[in-house]
Amino acid sequence: MTITADRTEVDATGNDAPPDTGGGPKSSARPGWLSQHVGTALVCAVIGYVIGHWFGNYISSDYIYIANSGSNAVADTLALALGAVGWLAGIGALNYPAAKMIGREAKSSETVDHWSKYVRFSTDHKVVGLQYIVGVLLFLFTGGLLAMAIRTELLSPTTHVFGPGTYIEIVSEHGTIMMMMASSLVVGPLGNYFVPLMIGARRTAFPRIEAFSFWLFMAGYGVIVSALPYGGFPTGWTGYAPLQTQAGVGMISYLLGFAIIGAGMMAAGFNLLVTIIHYRAPGMTWSRIPIFVWSILATAALLCLATPVLFAAGMFGVLDKTVQTAFYVTEHGGSSYLWQNLFWFFGHPEVYIMALPGFGIVGELMPVFTRKPLFAYKVAAAGMIGVALLSFFVWQHHLFQSGIDPDMRPLFMLTTELISIPTGFIFLVGMGTLYKAKIRFEVPMLFVMAVFFNFLIGGITGVFLSDVPVDVTVHGGFFVLSHFHYTIMGGLVFAFMAGVYYWMPKMSGKMMNKKLGLAHFWTMFVFFNLTFFPMFIIGLLGQPRRVFTYAKGLQGLNDFSSVSAFLLGLSFLIFLFNLLYSMWINPVKAPANPWDSLGLEWQTASPIPPHNFDRIPVIMADPYHYSEEGAPPLADFGAGPRENVSAASASTATSVSEE
Amino acid sequence: MSMRGRLTTVLVLFLVAVGLVVLCVAAFLKPGTPGGVTDFTKSQPAGQPVHLVAQTVGSIGFGPHPTWVSYMVLNPTTHKWVQDTTWKLPAHTKIDMTIEQFDSGSPLRNQEWGQVQGTIGDSMQLNGKTVSVYDSYTGTGIGHTFAVPTMGISVPLVGVNGSDTLCGEGPCSLKMPHNEITFSFMTGAPGNYPWQCFVPCGLGWLYGNGGPMSTQNYMGGFLDVVNS
Amino acid sequence: MATIWVIASVVVDVLFWTLLGPHMAPGRLTSTAGADQTDFNILVVIALPVMIAVWVFLGYSIRTWSAKRGGPEPVGGEAARGNKKVQTIWIVTTTVIVLFLAGFGTVALIGDHGSGGGEGPNPIWAPSGATAAETAALTKSDSWSPSSGKVLVVQVIAQQWKFTYRYPQFGGFETTQLMLPADTSIAFNVTSLDVIHSFWAYQLGVKADANPQENNVAFTDTKSPGSFIVRCSELCGLWHGAMSNNGNVVSPSDFESWATGTEAANAKNTKLLAPFAWTYVPDANGAAGGYYIDSNVTPYSNSELYGAKPSS
Repeated sequence: MTITADRTEVDATGNDAPPDTGGGPKSSARPGWLSQHVGTALVCAVIGYVIGHWFGNYISSDYIYIANSGSNAVADTLALALGAVGWLAGIGALNYPAAKMIGREAKSSETVDHWSKYVRFSTDHKVVGLQYIVGVLLFLFTGGLLAMAIRTELLSPTTHVFGPGTYIEIVSEHGTIMMMMASSLVVGPLGNYFVPLMIGARRTAFPRIEAFSFWLFMAGYGVIVSALPYGGFPTGWTGYAPLQTQAGVGMISYLLGFAIIGAGMMAAGFNLLVTIIHYRAPGMTWSRIPIFVWSILATAALLCLATPVLFAAGMFGVLDKTVQTAFYVTEHGGSSYLWQNLFWFFGHPEVYIMALPGFGIVGELMPVFTRKPLFAYKVAAAGMIGVALLSFFVWQHHLFQSGIDPDMRPLFMLTTELISIPTGFIFLVGMGTLYKAKIRFEVPMLFVMAVFFNFLIGGITGVFLSDVPVDVTVHGGFFVLSHFHYTIMGGLVFAFMAGVYYWMPKMSGKMMNKKLGLAHFWTMFVFFNLTFFPMFIIGLLGQPRRVFTYAKGLQGLNDFSSVSAFLLGLSFLIFLFNLLYSMWINPVKAPANPWDSLGLEWQTASPIPPHNFDRIPVIMADPYHYSEEGAPPLADFGAGPRENVSAASASTATSVSEE
Repeated sequence: MSMRGRLTTVLVLFLVAVGLVVLCVAAFLKPGTPGGVTDFTKSQPAGQPVHLVAQTVGSIGFGPHPTWVSYMVLNPTTHKWVQDTTWKLPAHTKIDMTIEQFDSGSPLRNQEWGQVQGTIGDSMQLNGKTVSVYDSYTGTGIGHTFAVPTMGISVPLVGVNGSDTLCGEGPCSLKMPHNEITFSFMTGAPGNYPWQCFVPCGLGWLYGNGGPMSTQNYMGGFLDVVNS
Repeated sequence: MATIWVIASVVVDVLFWTLLGPHMAPGRLTSTAGADQTDFNILVVIALPVMIAVWVFLGYSIRTWSAKRGGPEPVGGEAARGNKKVQTIWIVTTTVIVLFLAGFGTVALIGDHGSGGGEGPNPIWAPSGATAAETAALTKSDSWSPSSGKVLVVQVIAQQWKFTYRYPQFGGFETTQLMLPADTSIAFNVTSLDVIHSFWAYQLGVKADANPQENNVAFTDTKSPGSFIVRCSELCGLWHGAMSNNGNVVSPSDFESWATGTEAANAKNTKLLAPFAWTYVPDANGAAGGYYIDSNVTPYSNSELYGAKPSS
């Protein structure tokens, strides 16, 4: 067939060895202790930290402000920066560029076939995906514990468990850690793992950059958590200047942390963007790529374009705090408005970076569990691109009362209202897919339904906030706080859970326990709503955000919210237990395609060989031909019988390959 | 490993994690008031005025930030000076406050705080002289203030001459240069009343409000007013 | 399904409008508060049917089309992949609702003199007489009285961690109390001496950020006497949560006696205060300095001066 020629062309572009059956082990020898892994990364990070700290003290301890205040921001900046560099050097992320820079041949990056690959710099996108799962869960639980501390403090307006100073440290740390996690929550683990599989590729475009993004993500965790021993930072996750310039050295952890995470986000986004554009299998036209891939495409574009602004803003902040520039200090020629605008120019696309992958997961899972094609696929894809484009034009709605030019307010009210149109498309698509379907309420589908419920409330309250007169009352209080928890946690985190339960059998070969999953879902859904719905009322009754005390009359509602929050925390423990139980304590082997999905990622062998596909498939249809008589097969996987695929996948209405 | 073994391992690791979390909280997110609470409710029979003596020092001399300015209070039972800014006071009682001010002064950023407000007679005694408005642009300026915003109290604490040798480590003895400021106020209903200094006295921080001004137990605290 | 939706929407909307609506935040103490409340209620009345529609559909689908219940097999193919009519109706309806809300919001914003939100140093929607009052306030001789019908100019100075208020029409005295006369247009001029704060007078329906060296103007029209609470709503450091005070709207004559009385009582200190201006450059000398090596400060720009230049 003429298609064969195309396939070999595709094969030749990759660095990977040509596929052989079973994908034989590349290196079965156990790598030694001194080879590069997370342990060497830690050691090098500590060395870098110490060198940086010493050097910073050496050059700056006689600066007047350092002598006066008793704290050395320069030393801490250099310490954290060199610590991050040491971390990356120690894991081996810098080996290839360093070798090339001195003109030597770099060792070809091979993935060792040993369990330690999960703690090494791995260029297999599947390994990186699983590493990201551990990473995001680390962020999630750290941020979640801080949330429990917040709700403990707010149990009483007069008894101060933590006190005002520690409380704003906790609030700031919680917000920052959660936002850092949420920006990569789906793109990192599920995007990296499944996008190549879904588009029929063997790898992503830049595997080294992909691994680099993960290890940057973990370096970011170290840096942001270092804020706590440094005394924290008092600005909240929004980091407004000039309070940022006034703050102690903990602020450097925030600024550098965001810069490092930002670099990781840019790397991940860039990699996935190029992968989706250039590495699609033959026949995988734009109208055949899964909706999840569309969402990652839109998200990746935002990651590439919006994050550099945060990086620059953070660097200005570091300069202000170390060498006394005055970017954000008004009376020396700067402006407090500069940070606000730079931050929110990034900040608004950032929240769509969080929302779009959630929509992608919802769109991807619905056809599987309703046995119907995705309704209005083109509208869904157009909606995601529309949201991504429009998200650059709405940022001033965070600044309605800041003293911006009053002419701007009707303009940004209009653009913000307009963005709710493409955002609403996911509901059109969801409801259309549910219409006259046959819904199987498996655990992933329950989470998908919860996303619809939660995002409805979150999205509608967003429309309230975009109305400037109403915003005068609800901005800066618990109403807006509840709005973004409903959209980010109620939308994205629930969708992430759906994705984990859905794809875990493919990633690990084991099913997640259904009973525990149901317990997790119901506790999480019920207590999430019980925690955050009262916060709308609290906000309307006048409680601002980030305050350690409030009007006595609001104690009842705050206590109700706090107790529900503790129970919500418990639901996450159930999730963690389910994960450990299903993966390790009592694993149950999963069939190759337990959900009977038509997705291309499910048509691979189980476990997935390192090179993904024995032969690059030629795509002949989109993966949504459910319940369709005489539908075309999904793809042509090559002549002859396919090995390593169980017969279960052939039971779907469309057969996978026929020659 | 058997299933039981794995379950036990998970449980043990979970408890280790919980322990680590508790350690981190205790180390970095210290709950409670750092300096404890100084109790003034038992120092006098009920209904009698409470005498509260405090001092403001130019550098505390000890602890994690020895160069920072700070308040100290005289514990009414042990008669020892402690660095503590959370004071428990009885409700509906007259408080006679004496502050020994050991730090140098400067002009106020907002001269509004040069006016004595919220005390009995809307005035204070500065080294024996009654003062109701202090011009911070003259003389030695204002060193710190004692203000309880939710009770409407604000008292400027006049600075000492900066060219004298000042006390550099708390608690300062009355032999060192200082100003004695006394005033009285009534506590109201029980509640939690934050108090702070309104002079931006954080040297080396932008706008002077970082460092000691932004850390508990240095230049701000709570009046814990309770029913005795 | 449709009938359930219509009935539920009408019932819930009517119940909301009559029972909850009049009590919604932030109350009706001033014109801006009342307008904010009405806007909010209208938004709820439009939002509720939308939400009920989605909920009814979701509930119906869970009940009727669940696999457990059995029922007919779903049908794939072109008909299930899209329906031009449904898509068009959806897109058109959402666009119409959204454009209506944007237009309605703009009209409300203009009609209520900026709806109590901070408009920056050069506000464009102001009550009549505001520009004149603001310009006159900078001369040292302007005054306000109940019968003058003038706009009352109040400067809100935010500092870490208390709001203070200056009344330029009463000699520029400064006080920690916020008293306002009823039946008057008020112009709040909000500025900061250090970091960013936000002046939020809840029952007045006013919120304006306080930026260093920027004048942020917000307007409201008081109606009847009442009390309100002011809270800082932008995180400004350690005592942000404690940065609040009560305020009162009193009858115009009571206000005048309070103002003239306070002006007299504070006269000695008022002479020592910084001359009244829309913004103040915080001094960076003495203990408050030591961050930038030289304590020379350059004021940001003069463009934030409202109306006429101040007379020196």
